[in-house]
Amino acid sequence: MSLAVTINNISKSYPTTEALKNVSLDIKANELFGFIGPDGAGKTTLFRILTSLILPDKGTGSIGNFDIIKNYRDIRKVVGYMPGRFSLYGDLSVEENLQFYARLFKTSIKENYDLIEDVYQQIEPFKKRRAADLSGGMKQKLALSCALIHKPQLIILDEPTTGVDAISRKEFWALLKKMQQKDITILVSTPYMDEAALCDRVALMQEGSVLTIDSPDQIVNNFSGKILGIKTDHMHPLLYDLQQMDHPNQVYRFGAFVHLVTHEDTAAYSKKIKTFLEKKGHDNIVVEEQKASIEDCFLALMNKPETP
Amino acid sequence: MWTFIKKEFFHIFRDYRSMIILFGIPVIQVLLFGFAITNDVNNAKVAVLDHSKDPVTREITQKILSSNYFQLQQYLKSDNEIKPAFRKGNIKEVIVFEPHFAQKLNTEGKAHIQLILDATNPNTASILNNYTNGIINTYTLEKMKKENKLPTELNIHTTMMYNPELKSAFMFVPGIMTVILMLVSAMMTSISITREKELGTMEALLVSPVKPQVIILGKVTPYVALSSVIFVIIVALSRFVFGMPIRGSLLLLFGESLLFLIMALSLGILISTVSKSQQQAMLLSMFVLMMPTILLSGFIFPIENMPLFLQYLSDLMPGKWFIIIIKNIMLKGNGIEYFWKDTIIIIVMTLFFLGVSIKKFNVRLEPSSKKK
Repeated sequence: MSLAVTINNISKSYPTTEALKNVSLDIKANELFGFIGPDGAGKTTLFRILTSLILPDKGTGSIGNFDIIKNYRDIRKVVGYMPGRFSLYGDLSVEENLQFYARLFKTSIKENYDLIEDVYQQIEPFKKRRAADLSGGMKQKLALSCALIHKPQLIILDEPTTGVDAISRKEFWALLKKMQQKDITILVSTPYMDEAALCDRVALMQEGSVLTIDSPDQIVNNFSGKILGIKTDHMHPLLYDLQQMDHPNQVYRFGAFVHLVTHEDTAAYSKKIKTFLEKKGHDNIVVEEQKASIEDCFLALMNKPETP
Repeated sequence: MWTFIKKEFFHIFRDYRSMIILFGIPVIQVLLFGFAITNDVNNAKVAVLDHSKDPVTREITQKILSSNYFQLQQYLKSDNEIKPAFRKGNIKEVIVFEPHFAQKLNTEGKAHIQLILDATNPNTASILNNYTNGIINTYTLEKMKKENKLPTELNIHTTMMYNPELKSAFMFVPGIMTVILMLVSAMMTSISITREKELGTMEALLVSPVKPQVIILGKVTPYVALSSVIFVIIVALSRFVFGMPIRGSLLLLFGESLLFLIMALSLGILISTVSKSQQQAMLLSMFVLMMPTILLSGFIFPIENMPLFLQYLSDLMPGKWFIIIIKNIMLKGNGIEYFWKDTIIIIVMTLFFLGVSIKKFNVRLEPSSKKK
């Protein structure tokens, strides 16, 4: 049985910063829920509150029927947590690490092997190797195995793909999808916006607040502006030049293009940009309307000036 | 629980360098303190400035040099050479005989010998002074005897109880035992716990349903075992290398040491709860534990000679009581009836540290992260 998660008005301050400001969330059972946001958005703090590692200043929350403050013992039994930092024992071998975590939860590798099989198979050839000698991607897979070993009903993964190469990231997400099919609620945070599209629903966080919660498709659909992809021979000054244009447009690099968000008629505005850029001395100017990606949406949301 | 212990042993044994340090340091320290750092003076280099050069001065010089406390470095020719001789540094004492020494002794019945000592090390200087005085006195007595001018005879019989040969090892070994046990137990536990904090593995341990008491116990047990092994090594060394007797019950000795070990370990846990990093834990145990234990426990400096304020402070040093206990068992061969008070003091300290550290060791991450 996977567990649903509810958070009501949780706030948490550290001596120097306000890490979470009135955060409320509802996560359904068996959902693959993503938290997207830059460093310092409050993702780790929220996860630590959920795993009962720290107490919120105010607000309430529950995992399944367990209160996150009162029933922390029960929560620790049913939740699997993979901290953001690699937190296994580097001087123990892969197998020993897994065994240790299994024993912590009074279980064994054998007992729950079916659950971790998909993950563990990929690192099993190296089971005698010390965990410190594993590659980044493999470390994360081992950490995932360790978080899963006690058959949790909810797993919380704090930036599992940070510092991992692109292929390993893909593999890792594929594994998460598989875990979801085994009836586990998954909360995952990531600073990579492209990974948001892989979640059922995402919460975009910034500076301790949740900006939006929705499915990735819905977020894209709700995007009101239009995206113009612009490319010229002189990419270097392009960004600066575009910022000089009349409107306070949003301009940012996006792959091979510079993206510009506008609410005006695209055809007319494209022409305007072309003439403007020609004056500035750009050649081979390409301006085309592009489909908004989830990253465009996030950037737009994050840059939105705070209106009361 | 067993899992924790096994894991901790893996950590200890996989880290070869720490292992060597863990077992090597106690051995080296005991040997160093036993052999090198000693108050006994042997073969001190002396110079003789003999203005008289008669049979009497020669006889006295001979007497002094024939003891193995002194070794002749050179004969000086004039007073001017005394200072340069000391400056060179290897001479500890200069013996000066006044001119016409024997003649004066015969006619006036008295003559003067001047002893000049290098007191950069006051301890050595006063010991050398005593030795020389003793030798000269003996010589005078003998001379008087020969000439039948014997005054009333005062015989002093000195018996050195518990340490007839006045070996300084007897004094150092209990102290060094205390310091090493304290250091190994407290430092190693505090470091191993803070290491988990630093690595972030504490986070992973805490989210598991394992109780903090179990985590602590699992951390501590391997170090109890290790420290016990180290303790046996030290006792064996002091017994067979320095000939330190164990006059009391060996079982009692181990029992008391185990108690002291547990005290040190709980102190280690306490340190780990207040320190954020391994380095901090190490420095804390060095300065908070080791220095006071060395200086205030009566290990090197006698507590009775300290200012009253420091004497009270030394009462707070667990090491002080343990040293008393060890000396009682090993040197005096006393039973528990002679030091049950000291034992109780250590027990109370243990309970206190254990209580505080369990209270401080939180089930959450927060309290430790708040204290920056």
